[in-house]
Amino acid sequence: MAATRSGQRYGLLAALLLAGGAGAAVLPEDRADLLYHSYDGGGVEVSGPSLLVRKSLGDSVSVYGNHYVDTVSSASIDVLTTASPYADERTEQGAGVDYLRDGTTLSLAYTNSDESDYKADTVSFDISQDMFGDLTTVTLGYSQGNDKIGKSNDPAFAATATRQHYRVGLSQVISKNMLLALNLETITDQGFLNNPYRSVRYLDPLSALGYSYEPEIYPATHTSDAVALRARYYLPYRAAVYGEYRRYGDTWGIDANTWEIGYLHPWRENWLLEFRLRQYSQEAADFYSDLFPRQQAQNFLARDKELSTFSSRSLGVTVSYDPGLHWNFIERTAFTLSLDHIQFNYEDFRDLTKAAAPGSEPLYEFTANVLQLYVSLWY
Amino acid sequence: MRRAATPLLIVAALALGGCAIEPWVAPYERANLSDPIMSFSRDPVSASYMNHVHEVREGARGAGSAGGGGCGCN
Repeated sequence: MAATRSGQRYGLLAALLLAGGAGAAVLPEDRADLLYHSYDGGGVEVSGPSLLVRKSLGDSVSVYGNHYVDTVSSASIDVLTTASPYADERTEQGAGVDYLRDGTTLSLAYTNSDESDYKADTVSFDISQDMFGDLTTVTLGYSQGNDKIGKSNDPAFAATATRQHYRVGLSQVISKNMLLALNLETITDQGFLNNPYRSVRYLDPLSALGYSYEPEIYPATHTSDAVALRARYYLPYRAAVYGEYRRYGDTWGIDANTWEIGYLHPWRENWLLEFRLRQYSQEAADFYSDLFPRQQAQNFLARDKELSTFSSRSLGVTVSYDPGLHWNFIERTAFTLSLDHIQFNYEDFRDLTKAAAPGSEPLYEFTANVLQLYVSLWY
Repeated sequence: MRRAATPLLIVAALALGGCAIEPWVAPYERANLSDPIMSFSRDPVSASYMNHVHEVREGARGAGSAGGGGCGCN
């Protein structure tokens, strides 16, 4: 409820600002991107293709379609300690349309995500307005998602969740070399919000290990607020630096901070290099514990490492090559390789694959490599 | 009532005042800003994927760059 009020407040503010004036917004570029992605870390391998195609229809309408696949093979720490390795596939289809009139852009999008035990439909609406001599762009948006959750080893299990997103964005020209963007987003979820396969552990003197497992229980509501500030600065020799900071808080007690800095450097005629560093840290949810003192120790129980206290640091590099090819209706092409190396360090999630007295196992940590390889065509 | 009206008046004044603001960066001075290296999401297919990679493994979510506005510099 609080989030709904908050969202209405942002909406009111943005709606009033929209009365400020008109500018010369433009539609996104006509382009197609075919991406191969791969994530490998912590016993989890996820890979697949993604295709994003965008085309304008006349001067005021642009449409796009997206097809995305995750092929998952998981032997993660959770799976190794409480279940069996599994393989699954998630397919996501999306389509959207943007309509531009004077300085206003209206955007409507639909996304469907489908995997064997989880289906999600999301509809989004955004309105964007240029103002103050096109130095300022204000965007506000709303999304609604409806999820259906199943359980592969229990055909009778069926649950639902609804998600609502309220967002407002402001981007501002600061100088002829600097841009600033501020984004706020409130998300409210209601329904079955935990993973039906995950368990928590509790001390059990009757067990040979000294502990036993019981299913996780999450609250049925979750509201979060995030605010992000981003800046980009154009350097005199045609290069750019950027930085961003995001602050996050939610009703589950998670507080998180994200920092990212990066540098883009065009090289010779055809190359673009990007280097980036990202730091993320969070405090655990109020109902998280690596080891509860007894069975059903409290109303809500979680031992999901994504809700624990942890930090991650990633180093990324992107190399993009434009061979200068253009033929027929293709105006430009680019080939891009992107690599990110991420280190996760958990502060209260223990590695149960290492034998030790309950609660004294070593803390869990792992590294992951993220690869993206894509070709882009502009037409 | 007065408390509720005050922020509305401030916003309305800002909005109306905007009509009279002289752009401090003229359109012909925005060549650097319109360079693709200054875009907040230069490659949407990649930005969307990395956003997904992070959201799946972190408690935080929202306020991603994909929802941001343009720079109004084209």
